[in-house]
Amino acid sequence: MDQIFVTLKHWLVGLAPGQCQPVLSALLSAASLILGFATLSALTTLLERKGLGRMQNRYGPNRVGPCGLLQPIADGLKALTKEDVVPQSADKVVHFLAPIVLVVPVLLALAVVPMGRNMTALDADAGVLFFFAVGAATELSVFMAGWSSRNKYSLLGAMRAIAQMISYEVPLILSAVTVIMAAGSLSTVGIVEAQAGYWGLLPRWYLLTPWGFAGFVLFMIAATAESNRSPFDLPEGESELVAGYYTEYSGFKFALFFLGEYLGLFAVSGLGITLFLGGWQAPLPGLDCVPSWVWFFAKLLGLIAGFIWVRGTLPRLRMDQLMGLAWKFMLPMAMANILIAGLWRFMSTGVTRWSVCALLVCVACLLLGGAMVERKQLAKRTYRYAE
Amino acid sequence: MDWLFAIIAVVTLGSAIAAMSLRKLVHCALMFMVTLGGLAALYLKLDAQFVGFAQVLVYIGAVAILIVFAILLTRGSEPPRQSILSGTWVLGIGTAVGVFGVMSAMILSSPAVSREGSPPAASTVRQIGDQLMTRYVLPLEVVGLLLTAALIGAVIIAMCDREGE
Repeated sequence: MDQIFVTLKHWLVGLAPGQCQPVLSALLSAASLILGFATLSALTTLLERKGLGRMQNRYGPNRVGPCGLLQPIADGLKALTKEDVVPQSADKVVHFLAPIVLVVPVLLALAVVPMGRNMTALDADAGVLFFFAVGAATELSVFMAGWSSRNKYSLLGAMRAIAQMISYEVPLILSAVTVIMAAGSLSTVGIVEAQAGYWGLLPRWYLLTPWGFAGFVLFMIAATAESNRSPFDLPEGESELVAGYYTEYSGFKFALFFLGEYLGLFAVSGLGITLFLGGWQAPLPGLDCVPSWVWFFAKLLGLIAGFIWVRGTLPRLRMDQLMGLAWKFMLPMAMANILIAGLWRFMSTGVTRWSVCALLVCVACLLLGGAMVERKQLAKRTYRYAE
Repeated sequence: MDWLFAIIAVVTLGSAIAAMSLRKLVHCALMFMVTLGGLAALYLKLDAQFVGFAQVLVYIGAVAILIVFAILLTRGSEPPRQSILSGTWVLGIGTAVGVFGVMSAMILSSPAVSREGSPPAASTVRQIGDQLMTRYVLPLEVVGLLLTAALIGAVIIAMCDREGE
């Protein structure tokens, strides 16, 4: 069961003549990635709307199919059949390319995430670097969408989005650096393998080390901001910017933006699972009989549920609070975390190492958090981000 | 010269020319990103994964975005009224051809060209890391220190304004 997809692929590839086998193998991996994650994102739209509905004391979609289960199909058909309106003054080519520039790199980023034993579409030597490199294209797409629409709300939304993405990319990468240091590898497969095995009953995931826990929290906060989700959804704040950079998109292009956002969420959660949650490894020693991909997708859905929960719970941040959090708290914390991870590497195993590092993480967090609270005086708000 | 190299070369050169000759500044910036992407593809084709990915991360992810921001925050993106070719274009082309000639002459006369294809060095990320940590550790530390100082300095500059009011 564990290797069912791998065996299936090998069998299919074996049917083809020798020369086209590499091409066919790549095509199969790509097709399964696109299909699998597109379906998952359709499901997630439903889960998100249902979950938010429960949190806000309403039903959520419940008209199409049993319990509203067919809602994603209806939404997809609606998006496909809607008229595609392009503003007259828009820059047509750039306007057309922007959604594509968003979706393609996100799919590429998904390729390096190991989804099960031997289930990595692209086992690159520098997989983590590849992930962050293609992730950079997202900012480009946001800019293209905002600029080409010729709409000041779009442009303002795009500027906010890019400023936010650049700010949070720094802590995102710095918190991933700790894991790269500990695993001694940039390859996603190597990082998952470095987390194999158990300490007694506990898995050897990096989440269960002090620096790993701090890194995971930092990583997930930065990931939420990177994927423009609430409470960091200022770039598309409906009440302020209509919809931000995709105000002028309709029909299937809008659906592509939506898809790209969900795929980006899956990709960054997948990387978080790979880095901190042991990838496809089972959480308890006896559970190895369950297929590895089941564990990966269970963890993925768990993280998605967390994202939905956060979205339903926290109000949106203000722009200056957003920037303050990134530069005054997350960046120094991520740097301190790197130092702590280095210390962890050079201390001998045992309770002392664990408690010293945990103490250091707590002290750093309290000091930085305290500094942020202290500086806050109640005064007239000044906005200085778009002068 | 295989077809993959030909495609990458054509795309890179074509977008580079477009980046110089398009009228709208933002289009030029986008074309410049295509050029940088083409260079990254060239590195990847030479099996230099690390350099290729770093090229994308640094140039497309940071430098290009910086250029775009600079365009948006300064002059606006209206196309210029006058011709985009400045008066001294003949001189410019002359200089470019001269530089290209000197460089290609130097490359062709260097011993590296006549050397028979060196064994394909599988430079893995691990090797690059080892080299950075042993032989090139001092430059690495200096650059790291400089960049960290710049980062902290930027945060401090952004933080200080409020007290001045």
